[in-house]
Amino acid sequence: MSWAFLRDLLSGVNKYSTGIGRIWVAVVFMFRLLVYVVAAENIWKHEHDEFECNIKQPGCENVCFDHFFPVSHIRLWALQLIMVSTPSLLVVFHVAYRENREKHHNQKFYRKPGKIDGGLLCTYLISLILKTGLEIVFLVLFYKLYNGFKIPRLVKCDINPCPNTVDCYISKPTEKMIFLYFLVATSCLCIILNLSELSYLIFKYSIKCYLKRHMKKQQ
Amino acid sequence: MDWGALHTILGGVNKHSTSIGKIWLTVLFIFRIMILVVAAERVWGDEQDDFVCNTLQPGCRNVCYDHFFPISHIRLWALQLIFVSTPALLVAMHVAYRKHEKKRQFRKGDQKCEYKDIEEIRKQRFRIEGSLWWTYTGSIFFRLIFEAVFMYAFYFMYDGFRMPRLMKCNAWPCPNTVDCFVSRPTEKTVFTIFMIAVSSICILLNVAELCYLLTKFFLRRSKKAGNSKQQHNHENKEETKQNEMNELISDSCQNTVIGFTS
Repeated sequence: MSWAFLRDLLSGVNKYSTGIGRIWVAVVFMFRLLVYVVAAENIWKHEHDEFECNIKQPGCENVCFDHFFPVSHIRLWALQLIMVSTPSLLVVFHVAYRENREKHHNQKFYRKPGKIDGGLLCTYLISLILKTGLEIVFLVLFYKLYNGFKIPRLVKCDINPCPNTVDCYISKPTEKMIFLYFLVATSCLCIILNLSELSYLIFKYSIKCYLKRHMKKQQ
Repeated sequence: MDWGALHTILGGVNKHSTSIGKIWLTVLFIFRIMILVVAAERVWGDEQDDFVCNTLQPGCRNVCYDHFFPISHIRLWALQLIFVSTPALLVAMHVAYRKHEKKRQFRKGDQKCEYKDIEEIRKQRFRIEGSLWWTYTGSIFFRLIFEAVFMYAFYFMYDGFRMPRLMKCNAWPCPNTVDCFVSRPTEKTVFTIFMIAVSSICILLNVAELCYLLTKFFLRRSKKAGNSKQQHNHENKEETKQNEMNELISDSCQNTVIGFTS
């Protein structure tokens, strides 16, 4: 079980997406998943070992690290990637349900099970709203947990058993900050793509609905 | 999910590339990605552990390392490779869109569709012309820009492409100017120069491909113009012939009418 599972999942979703949805999948693959695996993971690999405090008191370093990093950036990043990809499963499940129903009753209920109309449209819109919501939640979480998106070189810590206020130094703060900004930028890009897709679908189907009613009235 | 996944994604684009594009892709995978994964990552693997400063002051080493290496070479190369590979996705998306349109035409039973079945559409290789030419040329242009930007960023951040053995650091909390020693500076310099050289080769390949595509475009245009001129002349000749025939016919008609009346 690894990121390959997520990659296969997203490839499955790609089949039932709109054009903007496919761009979203490509952005998630190339700029988030791939960057995470080949670059970001290694930066945070030894963050605990390289976290150094100006004190020999045993336990002080551990306690200070735990205080300043309740959940590591990289774990939060991984959680965000998983949560943000999961709503797309709703669409896959709905299409599978449609196909199963047709098979079970041996009847053609839908013109095409994978076409985004009717109930599948609602599911698709809900998945888009969930994706956007989760992105925003994680960005806010990052902001609140770490007081903005900055990573300082030095943090001052005075938690027991540290005897007084000690200086603790974070390893590679600049590199971590660069990748954090990269994460925020790609997150925002994905939010914009999701909102565009939402507006596009709502607009397209409202026009279709309006035209259908207009034709009916004329008849 | 790793570089192998990128290989799968870009492998599909290979089918619709020019020959120079295929060479570029090969150079990218063998001389850049593979070298990065099997060699360069090991060389930079212990970079912070073996970065040693001549002081016992806690925190001084961390701070000096962060000051001299705001972003590690390895990460910069990984980002460069990802950004440089991304424009090829534009071409892949355009091809997928065209295939989708052809499949739709085929399913509607369009008479214009010249394919016998869906498999043929799936396996078809599109020629680089029309809107696909613009997408392809655009993607090469973006590739060039990304390569140049990253090379400049590298040069700017590290003051050239050499890795020094010794760096002098006086950032707080270092008590005074301390000597800090980089691990494996020569090996790192060798790999840096190698990656820069291959980057330059890729830039040259992209420029060559761009020139090739532009030349092909202008040649095709002049051929079309030549063909349409010939056709125009041919049509003119046909018109004058028809006019002459009409005149002859009308003359002979008049004669017969006159003949009848008389």
